[in-house]
Amino acid sequence: MAAEEEGMNLIEILEENVAIDMSKYMSYVQSPSCGAIATFGGTTRDTFEGKTVLELRYEAYVPMAVRCIKTICTSARSSWNLNSIAVAHRLGPVPVGETSVFIATSAVHRGDALNACKFIIDEVKASVPIWKKEVCTNGEVWKENSEFLERRDELGNSSCRKNVVEGMDQRERVAAEER
Amino acid sequence: MSTNSFESLSKKMDNAVGGKDDAFIKVKVLFFARARDLTGMADMSLEVSLGTTAHDCLNKLISKFPGLEEIRNCMVLALNEEYALESVVVKDRDELAIIPPISGG
Repeated sequence: MAAEEEGMNLIEILEENVAIDMSKYMSYVQSPSCGAIATFGGTTRDTFEGKTVLELRYEAYVPMAVRCIKTICTSARSSWNLNSIAVAHRLGPVPVGETSVFIATSAVHRGDALNACKFIIDEVKASVPIWKKEVCTNGEVWKENSEFLERRDELGNSSCRKNVVEGMDQRERVAAEER
Repeated sequence: MSTNSFESLSKKMDNAVGGKDDAFIKVKVLFFARARDLTGMADMSLEVSLGTTAHDCLNKLISKFPGLEEIRNCMVLALNEEYALESVVVKDRDELAIIPPISGG
């Protein structure tokens, strides 16, 4: 398991065949100062476009996935007043009905917790290097998130990007860092 | 053209444009998901000349693994665990990841 705890963020990429323990993450984000905990769980469903799905199989570029999720948490904190964030994603096979990704956020007020939770799952789908293969009765196919395809052109320019400032003068460098 | 004659021609070209003799660097390339299916490997070491861009690395990889052409237009690159523009110059011991369309969550 790759785990990252920074401030009050818990990020875990779980090894194959390790199920998500939702109560663990709910306990992590819970605090007497908070009036709200919001959660999202992504689960494997049994059909896709008429085909019967047997399971989804996940793999990840783990160190980069953890970095990207950290960046997403930082971004969420800059938009909403949050207490804690927990993000967990499974690797390996996730059968129908089981949870592959789980997000929990806590905040004083529910608006912040709920909005941040939605933001985080949307960003995970757009930018975190994790892949799933859909295993059906008649074959297997790597899935592609539409959120990524829409965002693709920007990814090299996002805050997650390699800082390509060699050769830029100081003024351009400052402008790039402020973006 | 055989690999040996290609490399000696490439060295002559480097000399002709004032490039450094024998200035080669090694980049670790990672292949994920569909990219791994297409190349048959999870990672490899790529030797390129000093000043090579990620774009050039990608072209070299596609010439080694023509199947990668399938994802050429929908993939992105990451350098040392961060998304990168293809114009970025790679350095010795950099880690270049071939990232097909993602599908986490």
